[in-house]
Amino acid sequence: MADAIIRMKDVNKWFGKFHVLRDINLDVASGERIVVCGPSGSGKSTLIRCINRLEEHQKGQIVVDGTEITNDLRHVEAIRREVGMVFQHFNLFPHLTVLENLTLGPIWVLKTPKAEAEARAMKYLERVRISEQALKFPSQLSGGQQQRVAIARSLCMDPKIMLFDEPTSALDPEMVKEVLDVMIGLAEESGMTMICVTHEMGFARKVADRVIFMDLGEIIEQNTPEAFFDNPQNERTKLFLSQILH
Amino acid sequence: MSAATPGVAISTEKAPKSSVGVLAWMHGQLFSSPINSLLTILSVWLLLVSVPAMIDWLFLSSNLSATTADQCRESTGACWAMIVEKHRIILFGLYPYDEQWRPLIATFLLVGAIILSGWRVLWNMWLLVMWTVVLATVAVFMWGGVFGLTYVENSQWGGLPLTLILSTFGIALAFPLGIVLALGRRSDMPAIKAICVVYIELVRGVPLISLLFMSAVMLPLFLPEGMNIDKLLRAQIAIILFAAAYMAETIRGGLQAIPKGQFEGAESLGLSYWQQMRLIVLPQALKIVIPPLVGLFIALFKDTSLVVIIGIFDLTQAAKVALTDQAWRGFSVEVYIFISAIYFVFCYSMSKYSQSLEKRLATGHER
Repeated sequence: MADAIIRMKDVNKWFGKFHVLRDINLDVASGERIVVCGPSGSGKSTLIRCINRLEEHQKGQIVVDGTEITNDLRHVEAIRREVGMVFQHFNLFPHLTVLENLTLGPIWVLKTPKAEAEARAMKYLERVRISEQALKFPSQLSGGQQQRVAIARSLCMDPKIMLFDEPTSALDPEMVKEVLDVMIGLAEESGMTMICVTHEMGFARKVADRVIFMDLGEIIEQNTPEAFFDNPQNERTKLFLSQILH
Repeated sequence: MSAATPGVAISTEKAPKSSVGVLAWMHGQLFSSPINSLLTILSVWLLLVSVPAMIDWLFLSSNLSATTADQCRESTGACWAMIVEKHRIILFGLYPYDEQWRPLIATFLLVGAIILSGWRVLWNMWLLVMWTVVLATVAVFMWGGVFGLTYVENSQWGGLPLTLILSTFGIALAFPLGIVLALGRRSDMPAIKAICVVYIELVRGVPLISLLFMSAVMLPLFLPEGMNIDKLLRAQIAIILFAAAYMAETIRGGLQAIPKGQFEGAESLGLSYWQQMRLIVLPQALKIVIPPLVGLFIALFKDTSLVVIIGIFDLTQAAKVALTDQAWRGFSVEVYIFISAIYFVFCYSMSKYSQSLEKRLATGHER
């Protein structure tokens, strides 16, 4: 793929002696929406955390939007401006209001004037349907609301790529849908490149262009959602699917 | 989400009242067991014996108006006349008697500036401007030598203003240094980390008295001939360096309480290291450590009294000087109560302020 926005080539990573990523080769086209799934400890979170250098890879090459990730801090910060991330535990800043959480990045990193940053923040808060909570502190919101704020916080940076690291795993069951709805809306309306680690297979079927299955640090199988779910090729994929689709 | 399902009636029964009558409360809290009853009776007896005697000594039989010590000795209570007589030497030490209005104004300026600094609305650039002006004015009043004020060497400074100056600068400069040391100790860079660890452990491993002594006696031996750093300045630096090491460890405790997710959230937005620390990590970490940090501030305020060992006349030493007057011998308790009250007012204010600050900074995520 010539227009790949993310290119990972022979990427390897170890945690101590534990080989967590093995020879990962992955090209992601601009605008592509990918769901990564796999058993716990298979390296899927580590994979996407390497894309914005929350984890450091030890071998291989990762190029994001034409910039290779190296030890050069300026490159890392440039890439992080292009890549938004949503975490399992939201990671909102508890000492700041919702609005301040959203304007922090634009004001300090993008040097946007405060008024403009706030206007944009309100726009995204409306988009995730939570604008009436702008002046509250994160602790006053429910888990689902907090995660929607976290999504809006990433969107405020106008990223080209959004990474989702198990965004619904820490939520109470009744709040999963409100977060997934926001993500589906984002996928359908924005045309943004999205990589999402999740076990929400309904979401994968609905929005993913490609589903990637990882096990023991390797990409075992990747395919369109239809082919992946209806006709898995690898034995480990079949076993995994039989375990989560009961 | 707490909203109830619309259209469904919910029970609105109130929680039962928890308050009980006076007798029931006494029975539950004071006389719930034989041992408890015994302790209650014992405590009441102790209070009955000691409190009236204390009030009698402190107020009823005390002598405020005596003009000589012998008059004072006739009364059975405290001799507050001693304080009236000696308050100027206790408060201002050996500062020239006729010029003591200058340290008085300096004290008011410092206390006023400290109070204003506690006011959160004023936390902006003007605070720095205010402090610059206040410190310059304090310096002019204390030293003099300009505007027709006679020059007073700082070896003649003493008493309360000196204690205030030592602790204000001590806290104001040790705090940022402590932050830098705490961040340094958690740094990924081995050299910086090693320097900070060695510094903190070395300084924490010695008593303040020995640091003050070294600054007064040993440092001049190492300095080149003719180079002379002021004694007061050396004591001030020793206090700052000492307090910073303790603050660093307290602040590091706060830093360690910040979850990794906060760093990652900040990193993923593209914030630089210093932005992460300034905007995300330190505001939360410092808020957590307000109680132990203010404890250190209070300790520092009282530790300034240790400068006596290198011959600086702070509040405590000035009080001792007042006690050397042969004519007024035997009233040391009164003098020590007096300076204790002064120390207490300042320390208790710091403690109260820290509590109110904690409350105001609470955003509901504390457990």
